[in-house]
Amino acid sequence: MLEQQLLNALTLGSVYALFALGFTLVFGVLAVINLSHGAVFMVGSYAALAMVSHLNAPLWVAMIGAMVVSGTIGLLVDVLVLKPLRARNAPHLIPMIATIGVGIMLTSAAQGIFGAEVLRFPEEIMPMGDFMVGEVHVRALEIAIVAIAFVLMAVLFTLLKRTQLGRALRAIAESPKAAYLLGINVEGLFHITSFAAAALGGIAGVLIGLNFNAITPFMGQPMLHKGIAVIILGGMGDIRGALIGGLFLGFAEVISKAYLSSQMGDAVAFGLLFLILLVRPSGLFGRKLERKA
Amino acid sequence: MEWFNDFWSTYSTLVFSVGVHALLALSIWLTLSCGLLSLANAAFMGIGAYVAALLTVNLDWSFGTVLLAGGIAPALVALIIGAPVLRLSGVYLAMATLAFGEVVRITVLNLEITGGPEGLNGIPLATEGWHIALILAITVYGLARLRRSKVGRAFEAIKEDEVAARLMGINVDRYKLLAFSLGAFIAGVAGALNAHFTFFISPREYGFENAVDILTMAVLGGTSSLIGPMLGSSILTLLPELLRSLQDFRSLVNGAVLVLVVLFLPKGLWESRRIKAFFKRLKGGQA
Repeated sequence: MLEQQLLNALTLGSVYALFALGFTLVFGVLAVINLSHGAVFMVGSYAALAMVSHLNAPLWVAMIGAMVVSGTIGLLVDVLVLKPLRARNAPHLIPMIATIGVGIMLTSAAQGIFGAEVLRFPEEIMPMGDFMVGEVHVRALEIAIVAIAFVLMAVLFTLLKRTQLGRALRAIAESPKAAYLLGINVEGLFHITSFAAAALGGIAGVLIGLNFNAITPFMGQPMLHKGIAVIILGGMGDIRGALIGGLFLGFAEVISKAYLSSQMGDAVAFGLLFLILLVRPSGLFGRKLERKA
Repeated sequence: MEWFNDFWSTYSTLVFSVGVHALLALSIWLTLSCGLLSLANAAFMGIGAYVAALLTVNLDWSFGTVLLAGGIAPALVALIIGAPVLRLSGVYLAMATLAFGEVVRITVLNLEITGGPEGLNGIPLATEGWHIALILAITVYGLARLRRSKVGRAFEAIKEDEVAARLMGINVDRYKLLAFSLGAFIAGVAGALNAHFTFFISPREYGFENAVDILTMAVLGGTSSLIGPMLGSSILTLLPELLRSLQDFRSLVNGAVLVLVVLFLPKGLWESRRIKAFFKRLKGGQA
């Protein structure tokens, strides 16, 4: 049964990583803990569901649509909320508190529009074709989820490492002021980052929605907590750390659910997070933190 | 007096909630006044509520001792986790306290003695209006005195600049631990009071959302004075009652309030300097 669990863990872990990437990207570039990321994740899965069931869109169109919808929300949050706070030079916890408010608004809006009950994707749109590899039952859906997650992550890594845009983003992560003086359009890149991060959160929402086939307005909150656990595991603002941390959390959770107790799976994430903060505040893979508090 | 009896039988729980929420907002005000953003206050409230309720139900302790125990238990927990946790600052502290809160919630969810996810039912009703009023009065008086004392000044110094405070010979770690534990104490007492008038408590009431609610109350009211948190908690407790017609969209208003306040009233609703200026203008206009 271990192989079956490992497959589950890989599926979950890759979505956690995808979600956490957006989260950590915003922290790295904008230096904001965006606590509306969980709600944006939830909006993504509702957006895809609405497109599939009301517009009869094929699943891949709905996925792209969900990324656009959640990305737009991320962009709006940056323009309407975070930008004025930046202009005012607000203390760094203030933007975080504002994004809590945004998260509450989105969750409440989803509850008002779609209701509090669990909604499901229609069965016929699910990728079909399950097969066995040895003892392991593999769902086509799981393969698709892992593939999409890794392709998106590969695209992001390439963007960050190989392009001029990525170089500019990394410069901002080091110092927004210096980047500005070098002629980089800092505000513009903040907007792009917010859009991209929220789009990643949104597609993660679609993938989780498909995997468990259950969508509720409250699905963002536990995911947000896991995202926090992942970026603290991997070191805040650390892109590679988010990938490794996400996979690690997926494995830790599935294994502890399988071999300890089903309830304790959730506690593992936070127990880990708590311990790591106490022992290695810069994350498992992080360098010593240079940024001043 | 009949209208009062009618009013009281319908709204006493609401009035009680206003008082308990005011205590909670003050508890986070205290930690904020030392520059600590802690999201653990809901968990401390939960520890207080469970300890108090279990003592009442199982051991039949008197209400006064139960309240005290409800405050001391989370304060002790805060002392123990405080030493390592308070080395963190800013968002890292917020994240660590958030994680701690989740660990507490999940633990309560899985313990047998706490009734697990079903919660504790049938807690005797012991809280009366004057209990809450008295405890709130004592807390406000105590905090007002504290602000003007050496301890309060030390908190303020730490909040403004930790390094400078340390250089001035203030034992930063000890004062932070004091603020953290005192905040936990107040939150615990509030939880104990709450448990003894709601009849029923469950782990759901002490999660992340509740920690955020408490923070929202303090931020909305403003943290520059003691009036702010109380004002904020009253508004946010009464607002949902007034907005009943909005049903599912109700908390949309809460979220919007939080965002708008942060954007347009960075110091909260009650900012003593602005309010004094307002009254001065008013007087000037009349004269």
